[in-house]
Amino acid sequence: MADATTNMTATAARGTKPKRRFSGSNIMLYGTLIFVSIYYLLPLWVMVMTSLKGMPEVRMGNIFAPPLEITFQPWVKAWSEACTGLNCDGLQRGFWNSVQITVPSVIISIIVASVNGYALVNWRFKGSDTFFTILIFGSFIPYQIMLYPIVILLREMGIYGTLGGLVMVHTIFGMPILTLLFRNYFSILPEELFKAARVDGAGFWTIYFKIMLPMSMPIFVVALILQITGIWNDFLFGVVFTKPAIYPMTVQLNNIVNSVQGVKEYNVNMAATVLTGLVPLIVYFVSGKLFVRGIAAGAVKG
Amino acid sequence: MAAQARKFKLFRNLNAKIAALPMIFTTMVVFVGGTIWTVIYSFTDSKLLPRENFVGFAQYTRLWENDSWNASIHNLLFFGSFSMIFTISMGFLLAVLMDQKIRFEDTFRTIMLYPFALSFVVTGLVWQWILNPDMGIQEVVRRMGFENFAFDPLHSPDTVLWGLLIAGLWQGTGFTMCLMLAGLRGIDDDIWKAVRVDGIPKWKTYLFVILPMMRPVFITVLVLAAAGTIKLYDLVVAMTSGGPGNASQVPAMYVYRYMFGGQNLGQGFAASTMMLLSVMVVLIPWAYLEFGGKKNG
Repeated sequence: MADATTNMTATAARGTKPKRRFSGSNIMLYGTLIFVSIYYLLPLWVMVMTSLKGMPEVRMGNIFAPPLEITFQPWVKAWSEACTGLNCDGLQRGFWNSVQITVPSVIISIIVASVNGYALVNWRFKGSDTFFTILIFGSFIPYQIMLYPIVILLREMGIYGTLGGLVMVHTIFGMPILTLLFRNYFSILPEELFKAARVDGAGFWTIYFKIMLPMSMPIFVVALILQITGIWNDFLFGVVFTKPAIYPMTVQLNNIVNSVQGVKEYNVNMAATVLTGLVPLIVYFVSGKLFVRGIAAGAVKG
Repeated sequence: MAAQARKFKLFRNLNAKIAALPMIFTTMVVFVGGTIWTVIYSFTDSKLLPRENFVGFAQYTRLWENDSWNASIHNLLFFGSFSMIFTISMGFLLAVLMDQKIRFEDTFRTIMLYPFALSFVVTGLVWQWILNPDMGIQEVVRRMGFENFAFDPLHSPDTVLWGLLIAGLWQGTGFTMCLMLAGLRGIDDDIWKAVRVDGIPKWKTYLFVILPMMRPVFITVLVLAAAGTIKLYDLVVAMTSGGPGNASQVPAMYVYRYMFGGQNLGQGFAASTMMLLSVMVVLIPWAYLEFGGKKNG
């Protein structure tokens, strides 16, 4: 839409004269933007540079300076030797735990929420809208108030402190945002399609798999991005609902870096931090504009 | 006959009802049930395990007599108000800059938004390192010749919240900027044509014409900032663990400590109930503005 309007003004030759490339206001504008960009990029730069230095250089040097001598030793150490408590097998344990938590949580939460959204749009039953309203308001309730009841619930089910329990928690707390996302998307699909399929005798699941699913790939991708980054970055649920052996990467990272024992190895800490941030960063840079769409949908609830 | 009809009604649309079972479970058992359960048990003297020995408001009295809790409420208000002021002003300013038909808009947006993809733990640890007094910014500036330069926000009770704000804003303002930019782009082009005809300067237009029109976006950003502040937990754990002393303690940490560390469940329940109340203080006026206001046009 923005393109259409700019084209229109261009053909009608209205508006202000085109600015010279190096006018004063332009220098101000780009100068500010570049300054701001440096502020945003600085931590990433510092993090990567520190992780590539040896410890003597970290102590002597400037944190903003690039390494004089590049070493990948801190990365190796962070991945396979860093200690949390008595375990010294590095961050790789947390990484694989996070993978085992994220993959099933993402899949299950998306399946549940998409079927939910579909039922809410096309198969409304008495009370379905009430449940949906509670679900959306529920997403604003501080998690802290529901933590202990969930602990009891998981303990009764025999899955407290297991990966399965954490997957269930992620499915529950991902449900409000994802259901909203899918509901909104399904509600703009043409209703005639659904009606035609009904006339042809297709049932609930047939319509879902044969019609809704193939038409909604974009929103599934948005949901995927939202959930991968959200679940990978989770800290609170990881601490509360798992045991040290299956702590997700974020929790293990915090335990490694903020441990009080031993000499602080800042280069190893920064390598560990970069490693933990890598998965969401890759998702971010690969997905581009879809990421913006995903988080905007996730943030503007209700 | 009537019973049969009712049975028939219950089984109608059965597949949809089965599909909605997880949602019904989540809303009724976890959200509603869990909340009510915690509120009820906040009136008991539960220690290691929940028990039904009701003691009235005793837990709440103890809560408000606790220095750590009072500090955490103070910190929450301080952090919350400044994070709102800064996200709103910086987000709007950046959005206006981005709206000047600039080149490389996508690049600038990518740079400003990438912190939002990171975990609060990662953000907290990076800034903890940059603000490290022995090797971070302070030391770098000192080595440049300013030997009395002091910048160590995380180790002084007076400034620790500013340290948290620097990190929190670094992570969040890019996203606010995106929301605001979407708001700016949604404004009718005719308005711009009209002010151009009237010869009103651009900055005046932004301040007096566009700003009031963006009210819904501002409210959304405010609600998000408030909700984010109340949830604030990982960032503090990673950056300061609540210290020095209680200077960066937050309610979420207090709840965690009593519920899972201090074996004083009743106290944790009371604190989390207070958190719920504070969310409702924000949420109810917003819901009223958002949904109640529409009827008046």
